[in-house]
Amino acid sequence: MAQRASDAGQPSPYILETSGLMKEFRGFVAVDGVDLKVRRGSIHALIGPNGAGKTTCFNLLTKFLQPTRGSIRFNGRDITREAPQRIARLGLVRSFQISAVFPHLTVLENVRIALQRALGTTFHFWKSERSLAALDERALALLAEVGLAEHAGMVAVEMPYGRKRALEIATTLALDPELMLLDEPTQGMGHEDVDRVMQLIRKVAADRTVLMVEHNMKVVSGICDAITVLARGAVLAEGDYAAVSANEAVIEAYMGSSGAALAGAPA
Amino acid sequence: MKNTPVRIGYLLALAALLAAPALIYPVLIMKVLCFALFACAYNLLLGYTGLLSFGHAAFFGAAAFVAGHAIKVWALPPLLGLAAGTLAAAALGWAVGALAIRRQGIYFAMITLALAQLLYFICLRAPFTGGENGLQGVPRGTLFGLDLADDHTLYYPFVAVFVCAFWLIRRTIHSPFGQTLRAIRENEARALSLGYDVDRYKLLAFVLSAGLAGLAGALKTLLFGFATLTDVHWHTSGEVVLMTLLGGMGTVFGPVAGASVIVLLQTELADKAGSLVTVVMGLIFIFCVLAFRRGIVGEAVALYRRMTGVKTR
Repeated sequence: MAQRASDAGQPSPYILETSGLMKEFRGFVAVDGVDLKVRRGSIHALIGPNGAGKTTCFNLLTKFLQPTRGSIRFNGRDITREAPQRIARLGLVRSFQISAVFPHLTVLENVRIALQRALGTTFHFWKSERSLAALDERALALLAEVGLAEHAGMVAVEMPYGRKRALEIATTLALDPELMLLDEPTQGMGHEDVDRVMQLIRKVAADRTVLMVEHNMKVVSGICDAITVLARGAVLAEGDYAAVSANEAVIEAYMGSSGAALAGAPA
Repeated sequence: MKNTPVRIGYLLALAALLAAPALIYPVLIMKVLCFALFACAYNLLLGYTGLLSFGHAAFFGAAAFVAGHAIKVWALPPLLGLAAGTLAAAALGWAVGALAIRRQGIYFAMITLALAQLLYFICLRAPFTGGENGLQGVPRGTLFGLDLADDHTLYYPFVAVFVCAFWLIRRTIHSPFGQTLRAIRENEARALSLGYDVDRYKLLAFVLSAGLAGLAGALKTLLFGFATLTDVHWHTSGEVVLMTLLGGMGTVFGPVAGASVIVLLQTELADKAGSLVTVVMGLIFIFCVLAFRRGIVGEAVALYRRMTGVKTR
């Protein structure tokens, strides 16, 4: 019913909807019938123990993997069979679990790569790269937003881990995506970096939707409006943090027994 | 990008190139330029797109035969002969590239090698290549009324073509397209997630590289007056990899340095060492990979940066 409503052009409250999403790898079902609904303008977390299928789910949503069954709708449009580069142009941009920067380009160039496609000159091999300088101002503004403006000339690979993640967010922001998918944005970070990235996500989510895979419960409880818990490829629970963290099945999935509180779950 | 030392370097190199025939046998210099262009074209793919092709002799050789045929049989003027060779190589590059870029890494290399071997076989059997004998007696013709049969007369138009092609490669590297290629080389999945249709960029890079490699092959035919099976043999594909690595892949001038060293060594050693040349090349390759991976120019640039304390760009 909801699908028919969006087909008719009425804006659905959900920017992203999947139904019966399933991915099978040679008999192993990594994602099994997931119905995910991401509300427009929210920060939505996808959590679950290791091997729950979170990253596979992400890869399905961004078309880096083809689903075995099920459908994905973005802004009411069926994107189940689209190519990954098309998805990005529609406004659904992802980050990666392993830091996704262009290591041997400068910080500025990293962001500019995301901006320059809009110039329509990316196939122009006869044009000077000086023509890209027109984008520098916008790139610097984006870098300033994530606190990297003074490192613009640095080669990305030489930066510490936390800053690479920030650079990745700036690059993703450059496309001004409607829906941003972040795969473990605070993974492997120290406390200060986690706080910085949390603030950053909150800031960038002001005028867009964010869906993220996250292990750090502090981040999840701190900034996420809605949480979907995956376990063994299927949705275990859904709701806000209070509801999910009190859910017996969730506590058991994380702790192996009921009784312990979820707040103690591994970060 | 106002890089004055680099600019002065290029001007000095150009001046040296223009004055060189007074001191060095011009045919040798032109041979070096042929292979330098071939290696530069190859570097566009290996160094700046991150694609290891193992079949670039196909484009070099195909263009050598097409240009030879066009000039000798169709009696086209030399410049049109070069153009015919270049276009044929670019078209072949489009066909080979479209197939090969569907796979990555070693599989990409294997597909290019397999298709190049296929072409070798065709050249061996096809009537117009002359088979084992090759295509002999291709005249140099005339340009603006000048008889190119004289080595010194051929030299300056030859250098002009080389400089234009080199400039085009350098421009491609430092273009919006070149930036995109570098991003793809650095992190293909990320480029894809930023909305880049990666395969189309790779294909254009492949076609450009093949076309320019073809121009090098066509120049070679014009220079020596023949095209042989050696030009399409996989040895030649291997040689261009060696030249690029030795000079420094991913540097603008590296392939020129690498090609110069290899061609000069081959020429010097040909009478003295005979078939041992292959052994010497092998040793150079091993030494290069073990001791200085960035190649001649790459190491020189790194050394310069260490001494001046300039951060890598």
